[in-house]
Amino acid sequence: MADTHTPGITAHRLSEAQIAENFSDLHPPLDRHEARVAADRCYFCYDAPCVTACPTEIDIPLFIRQIAAGQPESAARTIFDQNILGGMCARVCPTEDLCEGACVREAAEGKPVEIGRLQRHATDALMARQSHPFTRAAETGKRVAVVGAGPAGLACAHRLAMRGHTVTLYDANRKPGGLNEFGIAAYKSEGDFAQAEVDWLMQIGGISLEGGKALGRDLSLEALVSDFHAVFLGVGLAGVNALRAEGEDRDGVQDAVRFIAELRQAPDKSTLPVGRNVVVIGGGMTAIDAAIQSKLLGAETVTIAYRRGRDRMGASEYEQDLATSKGVRIIENAMPVAVHGNGAAQEVELEYTTDDGSGLTGTGERMRLPADQVFKAIGQTMTLDCGLKLERGKIAADASGRTSMDRVWAGGDCVAEGADLTVWGAAQGRDAAEDIHATLMGVAAASTGAVMGEAART
Amino acid sequence: MADLTTDFVGIKSPNPFWLASAPPTDKAYNVRRAFDAGWGGAVWKTLASEGEEIVNVNGPRYGAIYGADRRLLGLNNIELITDRPLSVNLEEMAAVKADYPDRALIASIMVPCEEEAWKAILPRVAETGCDGIELNFGCPHGMSERGMGAAVGQVPEYIEMVTRWCKQYYDRPVIVKLTPNITDIRKPAMAAKNGGADAVSLINTINSITSVDLDNMAPQPTIDGKGSHGGYCGPAVKPIALSMVSEIARHAETADLPISGIGGITTWRDAAEFLALGAGNVQVCTAAMTYGFRVVQEMTAGLSAWMDEKGYTSVAQITGRAVPNVTDWQYLNLNYVTKARIDQDLCISCGRCFAACEDTSHQAISMSADRTFDVIDAECVACNLCVDVCPVEDCITMERLAPGSVDPRTGREVQADYANWTTHPQNPSAVAAE
Ligand SMILES: Cc1cc2nc3c(=O)[nH]c(=O)nc-3n(C[C@H](O)[C@H](O)[C@H](O)COP(=O)(O)OP(=O)(O)OC[C@H]3O[C@@H](n4cnc5c(N)ncnc54)[C@H](O)[C@@H]3O)c2cc1C
Ligand SMILES: Cc1cc2nc3c(=O)[nH]c(=O)nc-3n(C[C@H](O)[C@H](O)[C@H](O)COP(=O)(O)O)c2cc1C
Ligand code: SF4
Repeated sequence: MADTHTPGITAHRLSEAQIAENFSDLHPPLDRHEARVAADRCYFCYDAPCVTACPTEIDIPLFIRQIAAGQPESAARTIFDQNILGGMCARVCPTEDLCEGACVREAAEGKPVEIGRLQRHATDALMARQSHPFTRAAETGKRVAVVGAGPAGLACAHRLAMRGHTVTLYDANRKPGGLNEFGIAAYKSEGDFAQAEVDWLMQIGGISLEGGKALGRDLSLEALVSDFHAVFLGVGLAGVNALRAEGEDRDGVQDAVRFIAELRQAPDKSTLPVGRNVVVIGGGMTAIDAAIQSKLLGAETVTIAYRRGRDRMGASEYEQDLATSKGVRIIENAMPVAVHGNGAAQEVELEYTTDDGSGLTGTGERMRLPADQVFKAIGQTMTLDCGLKLERGKIAADASGRTSMDRVWAGGDCVAEGADLTVWGAAQGRDAAEDIHATLMGVAAASTGAVMGEAART
Repeated sequence: MADLTTDFVGIKSPNPFWLASAPPTDKAYNVRRAFDAGWGGAVWKTLASEGEEIVNVNGPRYGAIYGADRRLLGLNNIELITDRPLSVNLEEMAAVKADYPDRALIASIMVPCEEEAWKAILPRVAETGCDGIELNFGCPHGMSERGMGAAVGQVPEYIEMVTRWCKQYYDRPVIVKLTPNITDIRKPAMAAKNGGADAVSLINTINSITSVDLDNMAPQPTIDGKGSHGGYCGPAVKPIALSMVSEIARHAETADLPISGIGGITTWRDAAEFLALGAGNVQVCTAAMTYGFRVVQEMTAGLSAWMDEKGYTSVAQITGRAVPNVTDWQYLNLNYVTKARIDQDLCISCGRCFAACEDTSHQAISMSADRTFDVIDAECVACNLCVDVCPVEDCITMERLAPGSVDPRTGREVQADYANWTTHPQNPSAVAAE
């Protein structure tokens, strides 16, 4: 059997048991008592800042109070009212940048209420029974095509179905879930949660899933627009940016996203090959996840090289600390200039950078790191080209998801608005669905903001 | 280290902390452990007449009310008095007293309201060498149905009569334990005094139902589908006990009656408060039942440290010190005007003060778009609710308006002199101020 010192890219660096342990739940669920203690810390703030900080505006103080009062399932209902992917969000949201970052107890003591884990406690309670809390409105006779079964598409499809519309949900992949299924770190979405969540969500009825159908290949936007009353695009970012470093084509240089997708689909992770010395280029969540998971698979050294300072990294401070706590080294202000090797990669050459405000420049100082595997995690791009107006390389859409084309809405990572996060996909999918509903039915769009505290803001 | 030695109606103990009559004092084994841990005295679990059958339920006896993190705030019980034979208890008491001569040992007694019954038990109790007796006129469940406990404690004439018998047939101090399940606590206290009692102790437990089992629609604790009211004690009852103690301490006819303070005492501070309102010593039950006997070490160390800090050299110096400041509402100074002040540096912007004042009080707190909260003096009636709901200590305080300044709410100048309701112009029965 290989071990962490075996050169090259190889599987079985660690025992199966060790790998299983490494990939166990990052934040184990709270039990009932722990949840009550954690819930008790919530001050039930007026017009709570955590709600404002949540892209889906879940009424957080209310659901926490419901947990404290012994009704986690009612709490779940409060969550799902605003965010049907509340279960996944509870696991993957960078809460330190969202709700928990805004918690007044973060300001007061540096120890926020554990909103994410409480949300998981509540949503798990209801989903454990596979009980679906919503029912469909009477059929409207309207048919909507939703392209992309990631968070944005799923949230949109669910809300449309709930409003009584008939939804056809297309995805290029056979398996739905988008990056929930293929991207999120394994230790955040343990135990096939992504598929369980899709199955649970589909219980609403009225949604038919058409896997293996890609827009641009098997479907055209024109045809969809003529066949359906409305179209929603939630196609995410399918492309990967190029490194533009010499030797980028050597063996061992890979897309981080693809590596993670393979990892997420592998039934036995100990069979996954990983390098002895791994270098990840990038500074976002993908870079962090690729680095941590390489380490968990048994790589001896894992280094993240980011071209700017750590404070500019897309990954939150918490994610960065998580990586370093697992033994990942983060080198800041260094950009790749070449991948050296003899066919296969052996070393990465980096050059230090300075940022004088007008852009990055190399300082001329270089160094080489041993690397038999190099992951590119320098951002994903929109690849779909279907005649829609773009903004910063993504689909231009207004706050309700309306694109430049009549009867075509979009949301999630593929639109310019918002951050590339699961929760933003859930919010934009939902809001687009409400706008589609209002448009198709000729009614006013329902407000999706939290109803609490509105008075104070006016 | 301040000297905590206490002399309560002639009964000496190394500190003012006695265990109240309850399960912690039901056996020699417990009481020895308590004395070893440092308790100054113990009131033995209430004794019954020879041959009086006491049978406890075999289901749950307790119900609990919790605060955060299952912190026990209130305890309810449906236990009866001791269910062990009288002779066994008396033998053990004698042995314990002999081994711990410096500790106070008190016999709690509950026998039928008949002179013969008291005449029979008192000499036997005296033989144990215990330092005094406490008459349990307080137990609100079970025993009261047999015409004892609270059934006696609720009839002042009975209290006086029984106390008189005890003074007649027993020559050491007699303490009368009062039930709080009565409208005016001064009445039974007066009766005890008239009967010759050396002291009163209070409070015993308060009638209570802790909770209802909503699946079985039965009060808790539930015994085979049914529940009965029990007696409530623990931290939750302290405010009620403090008030009752103060009523007796400041009532002209009972002011000189020594008081053993009981009810919710959990820390040295609770004890100091009872002493300040007139108690000569204190008794503790729930705190010991929740945390074990070692809690007394925090109580004695804490009281002594506080006394040193304040320059008190004996427990007696504390007794009753706050009593002169307990008054009736009508004598409170209406010229004392305060306003809430929010310390913006401490404020964490939770908005609880805003919700409380805006929704339920006087709309005297403003909220800005950036979540800054300010008090509107022209609306603030100084109710203090914002202070009570603010999660940050000392963030909101009540500041007095200087005499001579104008209260923006009333538009009137704040007067320096004292004026109360009895002289207030809006009081139809006001007397002219002198
Ligand atoms: C490695 C990694 C880790 C991440 N970790 C986190 C995290 O911890 N927390 C967090 O909040 N966010 C995280 N994100 C971001 C998050 O996953 C995305 O923001 C979110 O999934 C976006 O949802 P979406 O529905 O817009 O797109 P996607 O999830 O990308 O879904 C798009 C779907 O559209 C399908 N599709 C694409 N093109 C076509 C086409 N032409 N025709 C038909 N179907 C098509 C795809 O197959 C896919 O199913 C991570 C992303 C990555 C890459
Ligand atoms: C389980 C239990 C049994 C009690 N039994 C008696 C008793 O036999 N005699 C008595 O005078 N008081 C009894 N009490 C009342 C206590 O002595 C005390 O007055 C009351 O609990 C209030 O004090 P605390 O708040 O410190 O517990 C009992 C209390 C409890 C909790
Ligand atoms: S003291 Fe009362 S009236 Fe004044 S601001 Fe506070 S809550 Fe409002």
